[in-house]
Amino acid sequence: MLKYLLRRMAATIPVLLLVSLMSFAVIWLVPGDPAAAFLDSSASPEQVARLRHELGVDQPLPVQMVEWYGRILSGNLGESILLRRSVGAALLERLPVTLSLAGLALILAVVFGIAAGILAAIRRGTLADQSIMTLALLGLSVPDFWLGLVLIVVFAVGLGWLPSGGFVPITQSVTGWLATMAMPALTLALVQMGFIARMTRSAMLDVLHQDFMRTADAKGLSYRFVIMRHGLPNAMMPILTVIGIIAGSLLGGAVVVEQVFSLPGVGRLIIGAIMSRDFPVIQGGLLFLGLIYLVINLAVDLLYAAVDPRIRL
Amino acid sequence: MTAFANVAGRASGWIHAGGRLMQRIAEHRAIVIGGGLVLAVALVALGADFIAPQDPLHNDFRARLLPPGAAHWFGTDHFGRDILSRVIFGGRLSLEIGLLVGVMTGIFGTLIGGLAGYFRALDNPIMRLMDALMAFPAILLAITVSATLGASMTNVVIALSIATTPHTARIVRASVLVVREMQYVEAARALGASDLRILVRHVLANSLAPLIVRLTFVFATAILAEAVLSYIGVGPPPPAPSFGNIIANGRDFMVEAPWVTIFPGLAIIACVLGLNLLGDGLRDALDPRMKIGP
Repeated sequence: MLKYLLRRMAATIPVLLLVSLMSFAVIWLVPGDPAAAFLDSSASPEQVARLRHELGVDQPLPVQMVEWYGRILSGNLGESILLRRSVGAALLERLPVTLSLAGLALILAVVFGIAAGILAAIRRGTLADQSIMTLALLGLSVPDFWLGLVLIVVFAVGLGWLPSGGFVPITQSVTGWLATMAMPALTLALVQMGFIARMTRSAMLDVLHQDFMRTADAKGLSYRFVIMRHGLPNAMMPILTVIGIIAGSLLGGAVVVEQVFSLPGVGRLIIGAIMSRDFPVIQGGLLFLGLIYLVINLAVDLLYAAVDPRIRL
Repeated sequence: MTAFANVAGRASGWIHAGGRLMQRIAEHRAIVIGGGLVLAVALVALGADFIAPQDPLHNDFRARLLPPGAAHWFGTDHFGRDILSRVIFGGRLSLEIGLLVGVMTGIFGTLIGGLAGYFRALDNPIMRLMDALMAFPAILLAITVSATLGASMTNVVIALSIATTPHTARIVRASVLVVREMQYVEAARALGASDLRILVRHVLANSLAPLIVRLTFVFATAILAEAVLSYIGVGPPPPAPSFGNIIANGRDFMVEAPWVTIFPGLAIIACVLGLNLLGDGLRDALDPRMKIGP
């Protein structure tokens, strides 16, 4: 297991290097001068020059890269030119919001997605199966931000049950946290729920026809026991894969959903930075999210290996 | 696919295989319903000039924020523009973006995935680059590229293609890896065919099925993503309507005029649902092993 762990971590290093290089290179996507893009046209040449110096873009490219790697390796993501504070601190401060949102959505999607998928598989061909699969497909086809807007109009403006936005930390009030998180998490979870339901159904259908299922049934075990003890564990591998994929798209979805519900999360910080051309925050934010994604995927791979010994070979 | 390999070159065989394919397609309800939905949306978008009741850019300040009614079936926005007409013309732009992204992703995904799968030396460097691109949330990548390059139709297509290509390349590579080991590839090589000929005529030609399925979903994803980009404010610039920027326009009037936002959203759902159904059906018809439906 240790050998597999080390090998898997070594394989991540080149990707990590490329991710950090791409995050750095964002500043070079801008047509023209990044400093001028941040300042408005009334800025004096001295102001532009000062900002160029601050961003480091007045240095030759190799020097800039050495500085970037020197900084990130010591854990310093630089300073925001708009907020005038450390990028790392700003990201960490907003991380709990994004994690709350993505975590809650993941739980919702996994619990309801797997339950719906199992139900559809064991009631294959019935009305229940068809309704679940239709709903799952519909869930995949709805634009998440649009659903968020509709939910706000219905439940916040119309019925007044829930706040339309904002964030209450769970440490302050659990009910307040739930009230602010309910609609965003549901919005974010819906698409993923459809994904998981579809994958669970097809994985379960594969397993249901295996010989060991027939044997378990023939032994006289209860139907529920056969499904939950023999069926689901064997269908878990493809489902785990999907959960790994989803963890990545939840981060992307969170970026958009935070925008709709005015949640002060990492995504909203980065979008704000993109709009105002606050390059240190864009670079640091991309690197940060890229890192989280790589860590999650590493964890999923290790989980595989723990569940299925064949993978370690 | 074996049906094709066996009869290749014989005209009667082709017709026979074509007939079988049509029959197989007709057997899949998802293809018929999904394809029909997509075709209907595409026809409306193409015929927008004849179908739309009004000019989608025509302002009428006496008709601001009118609810749906006989004169304006989908209501009007804050400039008094007819939402039905805007949705019809918006479909044209959104489908155009989706189609272009599908084509670009198809070209680059095939090129990158084909090279990585066929030439072993290229595999590792190319795929690590794709892995790195996939480490960023795709939608954030698209927003960043579109915003930094400057919001325009072309840059939206570029941004979305960059976001969807890595996954497509990975799928093409996976099927090239399988096809590369087939006996007919060995046979072609033994007959002295060049790498390029083998790659294009044999390997890629036989890796098409998963690519076609994937591109259907890319098309759907691009329509959804265009809407997100417009909502964030980095989509195709107004006043030309797209599904996304009609919703973005309606956002500030969500409470007093929800129809401005609701109808383009429903139009997106219709398009994306059609494409998803079509993709599911094609997957079942082209490759029964990947079947997800009953």
